[in-house]
Amino acid sequence: MSAERPTLAVWKFASCDGCQLTILNCEDELIPLAGAVQIAYFPEATRGVVEGPYDVSLVEGSVTTAHDAERIREIRRMSGTLVTIGACATSGGIQALRNFADVAEFRSVVYAHPEYLDTLEHSTAIADHVPVDFELRGCPVDKRQLLEVLTAFVHGRRPRIPAHSVCVECKRRGSVCVTVAHGTPCLGPVTQAGCGALCPAYSRGCYGCFGPQDTANTGSLAARLAELGMPERDVLRVFRTFTAGAPEFRDESRRHTAAAER
Amino acid sequence: MTHKLTSGDQVLKANPLARVEGEGAMHVVVREGRVADVELRIFEPPRFFEAFLRGRAYTEPPDITARICGICPVAYQMSSCLAIEQACGVEVPEEIRLMRRLLYCGEWIESHALHIYLLHAPDFLGYDGAVEMAADHRELVERGLGLKKAGNALMALVGGRAVHPVNVRVGGFYRLPSRAELLALRLQLQRALDDAVATVGWVAGFDFPDFEQTQEYVALRSPHGYPLEGGSVASSAGREFDVARFGDFSVEEHVARSNALHARLDGQTTYVVGPLARYTLNRAQLSELAREAARDAGLGAECRNPFQSIIVRAVELVYALDEAIRIIDGWHGAPEPAIPVPPAAGVGHGATEAPRGLLYHRYELAADGTIRDAVIVPPTSQNLASMEEDLRAFVQDRLHLTTAELTLRCEQAVRNYDPCISCATHFLDLTVEQA
Repeated sequence: MSAERPTLAVWKFASCDGCQLTILNCEDELIPLAGAVQIAYFPEATRGVVEGPYDVSLVEGSVTTAHDAERIREIRRMSGTLVTIGACATSGGIQALRNFADVAEFRSVVYAHPEYLDTLEHSTAIADHVPVDFELRGCPVDKRQLLEVLTAFVHGRRPRIPAHSVCVECKRRGSVCVTVAHGTPCLGPVTQAGCGALCPAYSRGCYGCFGPQDTANTGSLAARLAELGMPERDVLRVFRTFTAGAPEFRDESRRHTAAAER
Repeated sequence: MTHKLTSGDQVLKANPLARVEGEGAMHVVVREGRVADVELRIFEPPRFFEAFLRGRAYTEPPDITARICGICPVAYQMSSCLAIEQACGVEVPEEIRLMRRLLYCGEWIESHALHIYLLHAPDFLGYDGAVEMAADHRELVERGLGLKKAGNALMALVGGRAVHPVNVRVGGFYRLPSRAELLALRLQLQRALDDAVATVGWVAGFDFPDFEQTQEYVALRSPHGYPLEGGSVASSAGREFDVARFGDFSVEEHVARSNALHARLDGQTTYVVGPLARYTLNRAQLSELAREAARDAGLGAECRNPFQSIIVRAVELVYALDEAIRIIDGWHGAPEPAIPVPPAAGVGHGATEAPRGLLYHRYELAADGTIRDAVIVPPTSQNLASMEEDLRAFVQDRLHLTTAELTLRCEQAVRNYDPCISCATHFLDLTVEQA
């Protein structure tokens, strides 16, 4: 192994570990990957630590504590390229549901001694705290897309990750449109591709876990969902789940708050 | 990070603790030759699932609670479905139960292969991690990865994807795989089964420290075989009770400086869930091939050495593959992928065996299906108190070791539990202080 292999660090913030696991799920590519890059810091996989700085850092998870808000700045300082992976790191994740609620009440629902906890009012994306070189979406990220991103940064090029909607992938896959054919509510038209249009292939509507696509017309889709008979509170909920903190989905869900409370 | 204090006292630390899922630390303080304090600290920040489930629809927990853990999402999906179906007074038909069990086998195969080969074996063979281990034992690591891949392939077929499957719903599935799709996986599973049997033989040859747990073991017991997708609760002290009474027995307390809740039986007895508990309480339910592998590995009627959990996980790996093949061979389809589950006001309880132990959910629903209250008790929070007890006993007998060696052994003692800190946060960093 040459000493010039780029170094890779993997960091965790508030998350389920599923995106990091996706690295280990590259069963055929893991050993070759470890030959192409030096895995310098990845505590979920190894107790070995190579001191930074690091050429590429992958960051999983969202910022939910004051300590983590500080830690991400340190990581930015010691990283050449910083790539965020997954819905938590790119939009605050499911834990961003606290952004729409009273955290003090959340604490007391779950914990007997809320005073033991260090937690912020909001769960936020990494890019809200430091400049990020690339954001890879998904809850969880897609394995093939993750490998594309790593390959791109090792070779010094931009990753080829489309920002169009799930609908494009559905057409390419030859799946029948679940909304047109069965009237099944589907977030595909406003959700970024990357999963391979998985849900429609399993006869269910997309639930938006890759977050908004680049030109998401959420208002138009919301109107369509209402036509399909979805109550306002459910329209609110579908935009406010796995990527609730993504601006387009956040704003759309807010447009339904008042109506849902009636 | 470890250091000796000038007084001769000692502090052992691991921060963060490596090769576990999630963020935690271990801190052990030894003063005047006695273990003074053992603390597993959970840094994993709280995410408040039980709070934000309130007000959500009863159809959402399978997708939402999967996000508690990327390693065992199926466990969350299965326990939540059972609890909600019970609240609504519905029980799924046999075919759907079997397809759930098949999906669950996929998760056990993936998670156990990950833990055995990538997270736990490096401790026994003296490597920092599996990638370092691959430099000397490439074919072994590849075998582990192949096993893991077989589990993921099963999850991807039945669940739609390996992490956060999309195909699970209250009442069943969105789409059932065809017999042809299932049979296409059979060869890969059959090869993996041979590798799993070889895995049992391999890990049985490791050096295990002498150590015996005295805690009560708790696992599900099921009429449908070795427990995965349901059952009632049983313990090594002879307790047997319905899952609905789980909340009366297991009491969670919130310990200072930890974002995880510690669970105890009756609020006082520490207990252990996971492979050792399942094996000890359900060995007779294993398949012939898995029982034979256990016997060849030298396992008796019970296993109380947590370091040998790696053997039991390998035996369970054999079982999960054997069972998956059995289900596939017997599969003749189902009339519908799901049954209707109309909402009803009520309370429901659900418990299933996550790879790392019993996972309990309870939901209280309003008449329109709105969730009024949610309680989730993950396996790792049930094991936290026992992990601390194990460490206390383990360190006390090994104070002659160097600090670095002792720290490594303590980390291993924690990894015995395959702790999932992401789950238990509602878990770990190792610090041993020798004072």
